[in-house]
Amino acid sequence: MVKIEDYGEIETAWCPGCGNFGIRNALIRALVDKGLAPQDILLVSGIGQAAKTPHYIPCNAFNGLHGRGLPAATGAALAHPGLKVILTSGDGCNYGEGGNHFLGGLRRNVDLTMLVHDNQIYGLTKGQASPTSLEGMHTKAQPHGVHLVPFNPVAVAVSLHVGFVARGFAGELEHLAGLIAQALEHKGLALVDILQPCVSFNKLNTYEWYKQRVRKLEKGEHDPTDWEAAIKLSYEFGDSIPLGVIYENQRASFQEFFPVLKDGPLAGQGTDYGKLKGILESYA
Amino acid sequence: MSRDSLNIMIGGEAGQGLVTIGQVLSKCLIKSGYHILVTQDYMSRVRGGHNTFTIRAAARELDSPTEGVDLLVALNQETLDLHGKELNSGAVVVAGQDLTCAGARCLGVPYKELAEGRHVNTIALGVTAGLLGLDQELVADTLTTALGKKKDDKVVAANREGLAASFDWLAKQEADCGVLPKPQEAPPRMMLGGNQAIALGALAAGLKFLAFYPMTPSTSIALTIIAHADELGVVYEQAEDEIAAINMALGASYAGAPALVCTSGGGYALMTEGLSLAGMTETPIVIAIAMRPGPATGLPTRTEQGDLLFALHGGHGEFPRAILAPGDVKQCFEAGYRALHLAEKYQGPVFILTDQFLADSLRALEPFGLEGREAVRPGGQGKEGADYRRYEITPDGISPRRLPGMGPELVVADSDEHTQQGHITEDLELRVRMQHKRMLKEKGLKAETIPPSFAGPEEPETLLVSWGSSQGPVAAAARRLRDEGQSVGTCHFSQVWPLDPEQFAPRMARAGSVVVIEGNATGQFAGLLKKEAGIIAQRFIGRFDGLNLTPEYILRQLAN
Repeated sequence: MVKIEDYGEIETAWCPGCGNFGIRNALIRALVDKGLAPQDILLVSGIGQAAKTPHYIPCNAFNGLHGRGLPAATGAALAHPGLKVILTSGDGCNYGEGGNHFLGGLRRNVDLTMLVHDNQIYGLTKGQASPTSLEGMHTKAQPHGVHLVPFNPVAVAVSLHVGFVARGFAGELEHLAGLIAQALEHKGLALVDILQPCVSFNKLNTYEWYKQRVRKLEKGEHDPTDWEAAIKLSYEFGDSIPLGVIYENQRASFQEFFPVLKDGPLAGQGTDYGKLKGILESYA
Repeated sequence: MSRDSLNIMIGGEAGQGLVTIGQVLSKCLIKSGYHILVTQDYMSRVRGGHNTFTIRAAARELDSPTEGVDLLVALNQETLDLHGKELNSGAVVVAGQDLTCAGARCLGVPYKELAEGRHVNTIALGVTAGLLGLDQELVADTLTTALGKKKDDKVVAANREGLAASFDWLAKQEADCGVLPKPQEAPPRMMLGGNQAIALGALAAGLKFLAFYPMTPSTSIALTIIAHADELGVVYEQAEDEIAAINMALGASYAGAPALVCTSGGGYALMTEGLSLAGMTETPIVIAIAMRPGPATGLPTRTEQGDLLFALHGGHGEFPRAILAPGDVKQCFEAGYRALHLAEKYQGPVFILTDQFLADSLRALEPFGLEGREAVRPGGQGKEGADYRRYEITPDGISPRRLPGMGPELVVADSDEHTQQGHITEDLELRVRMQHKRMLKEKGLKAETIPPSFAGPEEPETLLVSWGSSQGPVAAAARRLRDEGQSVGTCHFSQVWPLDPEQFAPRMARAGSVVVIEGNATGQFAGLLKKEAGIIAQRFIGRFDGLNLTPEYILRQLAN
């Protein structure tokens, strides 16, 4: 039996009150709920405060480069189908620097879970706009206000028929843990975009701001298998922000196209020299 | 007339099927016991333009292309206009009756009459094969295999009839392009290009993961691996870009799959960020770069050896690496095999530097022995158990490598400077120890460096130094000079980093003068020799017009 204590307490470099704490705690709760021990999981991240999460949870970890968490997670998930691969990184990492990988990854549909700590600001570099910053938000780098249209990761993911698309909130721990647990269960790429207040730099999207706007989808309110309804819902982000599973479908995961992965990790599979000999002979 | 070797050039537009003719002829020559060396020159376009496929054939082993054409198969007028002046004395031209081959011994083929709706390139193949004295059945069977057809197929029947018609027609003509001596009985040989050999070598070393973004002239490495991936259990992906490709490969390698990425200079430019990650996380990765002329997009389908220093210095920060530079197709296979083993042992990046010339150069090779070969076994190094430390500081710099999810160990890899457990640290004393640990691996790599190969007199008046694909042309140039009575030696590097001066500096010092010959404008390797071994080359001969080095080019430059 896996227990919460197995994941212990580790000192962090996060600001007191940071939304990352809520996400970490929800993730651990979901892991315990699914009976996943530290050895069973691999946390992959890029760079940023959110990307430090793998250092604050005992587990296998690959803390890579800014924006490149998804490709690294993809490779690891393809090499070892038994590992529960979880990407845990920020909005700048996944939607900005890693934008092309996000699009490629959504289309590729590798079986892994993608948790995006979406605080709508660049925290580690001390407060510039992120791809999801709302229009008009003022920062030192955007003194006249952000004039870019905010990126809508949920809508993009739904538009590409990603198998599991959800939005959570770091201030709704239990609800978020439930969403992550569902995401972990999904075969294929599962995206959970997590609203996460940055208490140091984002003075606009505060806990209070979110609390006034987020609403958990009620049972029966929305059918996540209805793509058109999901597209419509994915654009709801303003006075009311729905939390929950926005879209779900059962597309074959990328791993399923490789029969070799049914036999377990690539590392254990060796090389069939008999077959290779035949291949070499075919060049004669 | 008898010739020691024949240079057969097939020229035409992309889309006219000249590569098919060339490949089938090459295969037939090999099956008839000849050696071949193919040089392909093509433009960066899908159809049209002017392309050539040149086969040098001989009964003896060949190490170099040569200039001058003995048999020109012209599929259009442009081929005659551009290459008519390259014809050797006694050369024969195979061309359509409607083309003008002024001054040359021209065999005007009535393509329309012979083809009767069949493919013109089949007729060109038949006439050329007939001229070379190849067996008609052999040509027909080889063409059938090349087309991927079954013998009872209608297309096959049509092609066989076309070949028969062209052989019959030729029998009534008076034509002779020079006869090659009959080859001796030899074991069956394979036909392979450099890129194919790199791929097969990597597969022989247990390659399990490939990620790539298509880029000429590297793509055929990926395509060869993919062609055999299902059979050998290799997972592959065409990534969204080169950045994704290398990061995917690093993720796969971290999780235990021996991994390779292939690209050319422009793609490698994007990969350098991930290269640095391999250095810091100490993750094995093989990067195969098929060089082409730059900067930027350069000449996308031509050849150059211009990325040596970029391979050596690419990536921010300092970390060890090895760079293999195979000189021929056989060495390409060995490089593919060796690179994976080195990457695993030293837990970091290993490069294979090839170029368009070698990548596309088909050759006849005796089958590679697989006896004694071993697949890379990741994750078996050093200590295991619950107190496992991924970046443990060890006397040789090689830390214990375990794989995630394969045992009780938690494997933590980090792009930040890290503790022995793999966690972020800003302990600057530890930083120094970690950097020292990583750089220690260079010592091990250096001890395993492949020594350069010397040929010719021990103390030559002139020593011609080359690396990578220049090996053959330089060796051929040196032979011709020795035949003239000159004292000329050669030295070829099939590994260009790390360099161990003890392996070559003393012998180089005994040469009257050192001439470095490479396919670039600045003498990159000459500079490296100076920096690493204090060897100052008296002369540098570079080629950077997009074409491969030839013995004739080298001799012309030396004579200047």
